Amino acid sequence: MEVAIGASIAGVRAMASMKLVGVNVASDPLYSIAYAGVNGGLVLVAADDPGIYSSQNEQDTRMVARAAMVPVLEPSDSEEARVFTKLAFTYSEQYDTPVIVRTTTRLSHSQGIVHPEKREKVPDKPYVRNIEKNVLMPANAQKRHIFVEQRLKTMAEDACHFPINRIEYRDKKIGVITSGIPYQYVREALPNASVLKLGLIHPLPRKLITEFAAQVETLYVVEELEPVIEEQIRAWGIPMIGKEIFTVQGEYSAAMLRHAILHEPITEKKPADIPQRPPILCPGCPHRSIFSVMKKLKLHGAGDITCYILGAVAPLGVMDFNVCMGTSISMLHGMEKAKGKEFVQDWVAMIGDSTFLHTGINSLMNMVYNKSTGTVVILYNSTTGMTGHQDHAATGKTLQGEPTYAINIYQLCRAMGIEHVYEVDAFDTEALTTLLQRETKRDALSVILTKSPCALLKEFVPKGTCMVYESLCKKCGQCLTPGCPAMSKQENGIPKIDSSMCNGCEVCAKRCKWDAITLIPRKKGGNAS
Amino acid sequence: MKTKNIIIVGVGGQRTLLTSHILGAIALTGGYDVKLSEVHGMAQRGGSVVTFVRYGDCVAEPIVEVGQADLLIAFERLEAMRYAHYLKPNGTIIVNDVRIDPMPVVTGAASYPARILQDLRQSHRVLAVRAVEEAKALGNPRVFNVVILGVAAQHMAFSKDEWLRVIADTVPPKTVEINQRAFLTGFAYRETDQSTEQE
Repeated sequence: MEVAIGASIAGVRAMASMKLVGVNVASDPLYSIAYAGVNGGLVLVAADDPGIYSSQNEQDTRMVARAAMVPVLEPSDSEEARVFTKLAFTYSEQYDTPVIVRTTTRLSHSQGIVHPEKREKVPDKPYVRNIEKNVLMPANAQKRHIFVEQRLKTMAEDACHFPINRIEYRDKKIGVITSGIPYQYVREALPNASVLKLGLIHPLPRKLITEFAAQVETLYVVEELEPVIEEQIRAWGIPMIGKEIFTVQGEYSAAMLRHAILHEPITEKKPADIPQRPPILCPGCPHRSIFSVMKKLKLHGAGDITCYILGAVAPLGVMDFNVCMGTSISMLHGMEKAKGKEFVQDWVAMIGDSTFLHTGINSLMNMVYNKSTGTVVILYNSTTGMTGHQDHAATGKTLQGEPTYAINIYQLCRAMGIEHVYEVDAFDTEALTTLLQRETKRDALSVILTKSPCALLKEFVPKGTCMVYESLCKKCGQCLTPGCPAMSKQENGIPKIDSSMCNGCEVCAKRCKWDAITLIPRKKGGNAS
Repeated sequence: MKTKNIIIVGVGGQRTLLTSHILGAIALTGGYDVKLSEVHGMAQRGGSVVTFVRYGDCVAEPIVEVGQADLLIAFERLEAMRYAHYLKPNGTIIVNDVRIDPMPVVTGAASYPARILQDLRQSHRVLAVRAVEEAKALGNPRVFNVVILGVAAQHMAFSKDEWLRVIADTVPPKTVEINQRAFLTGFAYRETDQSTEQE
């Protein structure tokens, strides 16, 4: 966000994109840049997650936007996403404000027909030094606040005439105010209803809403998550129906609206009662090796955000909590300060290399400075796994794939003044066991870097595939406990390894006391299977 | 045309999404409005995944609702069962006749249902396709998804040539030929009663 703000101040249009929780991190600069305004157009694209498909919570970015006094556009399909993003830059420059384009998971993960236009080259604006506008010292900020309040009022009045806020009059018995993806559900469920479709959802066009409300018999406001539009309309004294019949949780659907508004019965078809298929760590994932050692040593994991949240559930079950990026280290710190050194001797903070560079460094510095003890394991898989395999500051490649400096995490930790920093191969379970046993009991801060690449990286070369010698197998089931998806149990109780999935990590083989599992090494230039 | 609702389900990593892209592209060539929607989140990690494809004269809602699907394309038996309630009463299931054990089954916390196809056949039209074997015979087990798509194409109104052209435009250039052969295999596939379910 701050980089985009820098580009904007310099006079170039800039956009930052993130999901809901990213907005929390960006909110510090966002609240202030809302006062300073922009030079080149400045747009923040934020994707909310009704239904919590892949987030920690179900927060509503529109509430942040209201608090920060920043306008919000909300597209309802792929074509509108294109048009509204372009429009957001126009409004940003016209009203001298950052603009949020808000989507939801459903829109961000949908595809529809778009009609591309020819790309317009917008000339850069000159940089102009403007202390009163851009230096938010109290005397300046007080004046800017007056500007911000007036800006929202002006925009709210203008918004009554924005073509993206449009009234579709049909049968006037039912009128619906809606925006975004819920607009599609409204059209599907109530094709004859009149609709006020809002493209700009903050600030709201009060006159337009009042006019529409007066024309329809019963007014509904249909919005996923919080009653953001509803509460403003109610505050104006306009009678309407909203969250008393619609939920604040999860995604909406046409069927749900038909049930709530038209009282149509909900389908009684239910999914079959069958085993769940939760996501799992991949075959050959280094995390599985580390977690199985932690489980054996009965260590608790202070967790963080990404693939390793899968270490919280069966069959590994080593992670006790996670909150947001970087908290593994900070919370271990807090536990140690609150309950003492002994308490954290069967704990480790676990954080990925990417997350460590994102927000773990500050937390670790804080531990050093405050003389904290504890063990931090940096799961060093050389990528940003769950998020989509982006490179990061320690991989030696930019996001565009160009070679760049790779930050040396080992040296970084040493430079902070941490004496006990160790590197270990994530699959060397013996060395890892020794290290974890020793370091968790140490009366000092230690960092263990478990280096082994993510099995989904293009550069990853499997060592081969593992095979079960059925005659040696005693059916103890130990090999199955790390929960590898390449393994299954046959009818006769003997495990089977799917050679097309196995990456030859040997985590299963190391758990076998009877040497019944062996690695068949990969032939050079060929595939072992 | 009345909107056609198709659901593609499978296990994360089985390339349901790529398959839905081919379906979306063929619907576009027919001049229809098209919407694809999926939520993959953590799906790459072997979880249950679902993709919705809707096409027709005008498509508003991007999701297919329970009881509304015309066609369910399942890349795995258990996943066919998980999403069967999305079908209309006369809907068809095309299922890749393979079993992939989910983690609760691997660890022994649950057992894999024994007679999925038989159960599904009681209320639906079910076509079980040994697509992985067919794809292996073509030289690459990974194109099983396009074999299944070929079977599904038997239930849709697009011509063989249109499909082959769309496949050529959608899949990576190096794999066009094998994907087209996989499609033709599926397009000519006739169900035999040789399910692997009892194995």
